[in-house]
Amino acid sequence: MSDNASHSGLAPGEDYSDYDLPELSLADRIRQNFAQNWQVYVMLAPMVIYFLVFAYKPMLGLVIAFKDFSLFKGIWGSPWVGFEHFETLFNDPYFWRAVKNTVIISVFSLIFAFPAPIILALMFNELRHQGFKKTAQTIAYLPHFISIVIVAGIVVNFFSPSGIVNLLLTKLGMDDPIYFLTMPEWFRPIFIGSNIWKEAGFESIIYLAAIAGVSPTLYESAKVDGATRFQMMYLITLPCILPTILIMLIIRIGNLLEVSFEYVILLYQPATYETADVITTWIYRQGLQNNNYDVATAAGVFNAVVAFALVITANRLSKRVSRTGLW
Amino acid sequence: MSSPTGTFDLYSRGDRFFGWAVTILLGLFVASTLYPFIYVLAASISSGAAVARGDVVFLPKEITLDAFNYVMADKAFWIAYGNTFYYTIVGTLTSLAFIIPGAYALSRPNLPCRSGFNLFVAFTLWFHAGMIPVFLNIRDLGILDTRFAIIIAFAVNAFNAILMRNFFENVPRSFEEAARMDGANDFQILWRVYVPLSKPAIITVALFCAVARWNGYFWAMVILRDQDKLPLQVYLKEIIVELNMSDEFATDLLSAGYSFETMIAAIIVLSIIPVLIVYPYIQKYFQKGVMLGGVKE
Repeated sequence: MSDNASHSGLAPGEDYSDYDLPELSLADRIRQNFAQNWQVYVMLAPMVIYFLVFAYKPMLGLVIAFKDFSLFKGIWGSPWVGFEHFETLFNDPYFWRAVKNTVIISVFSLIFAFPAPIILALMFNELRHQGFKKTAQTIAYLPHFISIVIVAGIVVNFFSPSGIVNLLLTKLGMDDPIYFLTMPEWFRPIFIGSNIWKEAGFESIIYLAAIAGVSPTLYESAKVDGATRFQMMYLITLPCILPTILIMLIIRIGNLLEVSFEYVILLYQPATYETADVITTWIYRQGLQNNNYDVATAAGVFNAVVAFALVITANRLSKRVSRTGLW
Repeated sequence: MSSPTGTFDLYSRGDRFFGWAVTILLGLFVASTLYPFIYVLAASISSGAAVARGDVVFLPKEITLDAFNYVMADKAFWIAYGNTFYYTIVGTLTSLAFIIPGAYALSRPNLPCRSGFNLFVAFTLWFHAGMIPVFLNIRDLGILDTRFAIIIAFAVNAFNAILMRNFFENVPRSFEEAARMDGANDFQILWRVYVPLSKPAIITVALFCAVARWNGYFWAMVILRDQDKLPLQVYLKEIIVELNMSDEFATDLLSAGYSFETMIAAIIVLSIIPVLIVYPYIQKYFQKGVMLGGVKE
């Protein structure tokens, strides 16, 4: 079982084959390898085929961004048009509006929604009453398991002119109900706020896991030094979970263009496109509702390339800053 | 900041104030998380008129089950309900059938081109073709408007596969060696050694898959045309989000003991119930499982 077993020629199990390999031709080696590992290949095959068919094959479909695509001629039969669709795209003010909205919603989410689970986890960690702590966590995780459609349903219901929010406002002395969901200026607060309601609790789990890894001796010595609980939270817990926070931040930045469009589609309406329409919803309308597949794909290429660049930049940045990266 | 009550009291007055402040803040957070559920439940069993008057804020008024009766009499609702169970159960099992053997293979040190295969999987985390090519792919495969497309086209998520692989990699090698000594092949090792040892990870991945299946509406909406195949979420979307905007429908229903609002509340309650039933059983697993995945992303 020692590391240099293979040098002695007396290695256990599969190492025998390593020893024999150099004497065989390539074809023989492949044959032998397959004879030995065929079960592993059989297990791997379905997943590889899945990714080839449902992840990589569609990537080839991205070429229709450069083609005058017709459903009848198919992806390969349609004629090339070069960068024409990108020109259309970049001259379209509505596309730029979508880009702008995507960035604004993402940045606001970063500012408001990103810290929420961190603060929650820090607070959960300070709860001394175990019963309350468990109950609070159980309730906090729950909305994550509720469908986004239901959440949208509740939001629409709450913010409708006859909904509970307007009801409370009129009881507080307001005269006319506010049509929140038809007002562009209310879209972002409602969208980001309800997202926090849905996900902040569940996302706190990751930070709680990180907090669980903090060494108790740090707290003990801080206690001896007379630190208050707030100081311990601020000076010990927070710095200790910083690597986790950074990783989550990189993921977030990498996904900057990925606003939860499924949710936007549920909440927005033409009246609020001005602030609500994001790149993916624009693609959805252009592509799947208006059948402008090629232009919509061009927007998708734009989206994917920028997103990919963001991921790589974010990862490189984090490696430089903290030596932790995703790869 | 020494404690006035002596050595038994570890916390100073400032600390106790801090403790209370945290408790109160979290109490408020919990209350605001819970309130929408309470309101919806109250509205679902109140009369439509009471809800319209704005009497229902916390407790139900003029209790009636009319809204539930109305929804449950709708055949389309039950079809959609059944479809969602089908997509969730069959979909999750399909996902596991791809992910477990695949992740096992990826975790084998003797797999040739192992890092290549891993990159092949991980690349899809960072770069995906996007909505339109994925749709056209499904169309070209001729599986538009089929249950099969919903089940198979979204079976593997690279994140879940990597999570599973990480877990398999951490199973001590000695277990596998012992099994090989006894003459077990890879299938037997996976099924008899790795699967039983990896229960928390498998349950976590199964949970992730199931939640995605249960909640997903977008691709079902895009791929399916036939009403009989729609899952609950698409049915809900059509009713809750689209109809809620039109006023004439709302006034239509006001005459009965239920209103449009209480009907929606009833639908929401009915669709949350399965989640609430399963939730207590799965909670301990996902707490463990997410920690597992979160640390080793």
